[in-house]
Amino acid sequence: MTLGALEIVKPGLLTTVQDRGRFGNQAVGVPVAGPMDAFSHRLANHLVGNDADAATLEVTLIGPELVIDADTTIAITGASFEVVCDGHPVPMGASFSVQRGQRLKFGRVVQGARAYIGIAGGVLTPPVLGSRATHLVSRMGGIEGRALLAGDRVPVRSQEAPRPLRKAVGLTLPTGGRVRLRVVAGPQDHWFHADALKAVSGVSFRVSPRSNRMGYRLEGPPLVRVRDGELISEPVGMGAIQVPGAGEPILLMADRQTAGGYPKIGHVISADLPLAGQLAPGDFIEFILCTRQDAVTALIARERQLLRYADLKDVS
Amino acid sequence: MRIRECGDSMLLVEFESVIDPLVNARAIALASRLREQAAHGVRDVAPGYSTVGVHFDPLQTDLGALVIAIQEAADSVDQPDTAAASVPIEIPVTYGGDGGPDLEAVAVGAGCSPAEVIERHAARIYRVYMLGFVPGFAYMGKVDASIATPRHRVPRERVPAGSVGIAGGQTGVYPVVSPGGWQLIGRTSTAMFDANRARPSLLAPGDLVRFVPVPGHTP
Repeated sequence: MTLGALEIVKPGLLTTVQDRGRFGNQAVGVPVAGPMDAFSHRLANHLVGNDADAATLEVTLIGPELVIDADTTIAITGASFEVVCDGHPVPMGASFSVQRGQRLKFGRVVQGARAYIGIAGGVLTPPVLGSRATHLVSRMGGIEGRALLAGDRVPVRSQEAPRPLRKAVGLTLPTGGRVRLRVVAGPQDHWFHADALKAVSGVSFRVSPRSNRMGYRLEGPPLVRVRDGELISEPVGMGAIQVPGAGEPILLMADRQTAGGYPKIGHVISADLPLAGQLAPGDFIEFILCTRQDAVTALIARERQLLRYADLKDVS
Repeated sequence: MRIRECGDSMLLVEFESVIDPLVNARAIALASRLREQAAHGVRDVAPGYSTVGVHFDPLQTDLGALVIAIQEAADSVDQPDTAAASVPIEIPVTYGGDGGPDLEAVAVGAGCSPAEVIERHAARIYRVYMLGFVPGFAYMGKVDASIATPRHRVPRERVPAGSVGIAGGQTGVYPVVSPGGWQLIGRTSTAMFDANRARPSLLAPGDLVRFVPVPGHTP
């Protein structure tokens, strides 16, 4: 296998290197980062025959244009984009072979917000603390801890033998910019009016323009707290719905800090976080309360969907 | 002690909800114990002031067994050794000037001279209660009550790396350039975080810290 690269001609709005995330150092404040839609990230890896841990490129709303300086296999999953390779349309959710010098160009996003470019052998930027995931605020991982820029050469490996081509049914993307996300209560739901969580069920919250990979600010009816003040800062995880004093909730996403002092009324379940990752500012979220058991059952179903493709039959 | 579920992939162990060295030492000791045990499915363990976050993969973890393991580990760290970290880590600071734009304001609030603020800030040995915000950012306490100053209402968009600040009774150092609302009283040239070092974060939970004034211009 010889070295190759993805030469970035146009970087798009926000294209970053992501892998599963940088776990193991939250005790010293190192955020996890990783994909906003972990399902589609893993599916992209499956389709090109990688381990689930390999790094992909996460593309946001406006995709990149790049020249592939390698003979390899690529798959694009997640948000549905119009993508051409040397002018010919390429399918979403299926792997395809590319030759050195071919040009991959993202066009309009049709549905969803974030796509993942999986490449055989994975993106090979240097790992930092065991992970290649880019965390923008702490400038860690990826290329110099930042979003890709025109002129970057993202290291990959050229494959001697082409990998088998595969296709899969991807995530069912939110339609009409609306999505239902299941939520389990707590741990500080007792800081809110007893009916607050029930009251949010079926009510739409709008994803504010002041949202990013760290979190989504949500505009909607204020969640009325029965207690003022803040908590003593405590560890937090992805999917937490924290509520600052003004009552406008924030859904914590991939680049969240490791700890926070706002009370959390609930958490979006792991099975639905990939859907949350497909939202853009202006989209709407409806929360639905569920139990822990529902959450685990839903996650097992998601995992089965992925495992089905892990040993999927070749299509050609 | 109480264990709360935070969604389907994290448990939060809560001790008494206070900022107290002994409670904090228990949280840190429990986190260390759980990290050593490395139970199947556990992805990360992080202590807070009086809490421990246990992040796990719900598909790889027997939740009931994890809860029991946490309870047993918590019992065994009931009397943590607070004397373990006895040698303070020294951080040289150039107070005031460009690196400490809020020194004067803190002095006004304290009703003393800037020199006295420096003296009071450097006189204490601080405890690192927890890290968060960005890699290597340590929340330390407590500062002398007279120089405790609330955060800026509107945070600065750009706080330089190495800035030493006060927020209420806490003090800390910004490891990288970032937005921030703390009252900036000085700056250090010490690298708080470097991923390429054997120990990337200069400070860990439970460490003791002393700030040493160095004369001259801001580094």
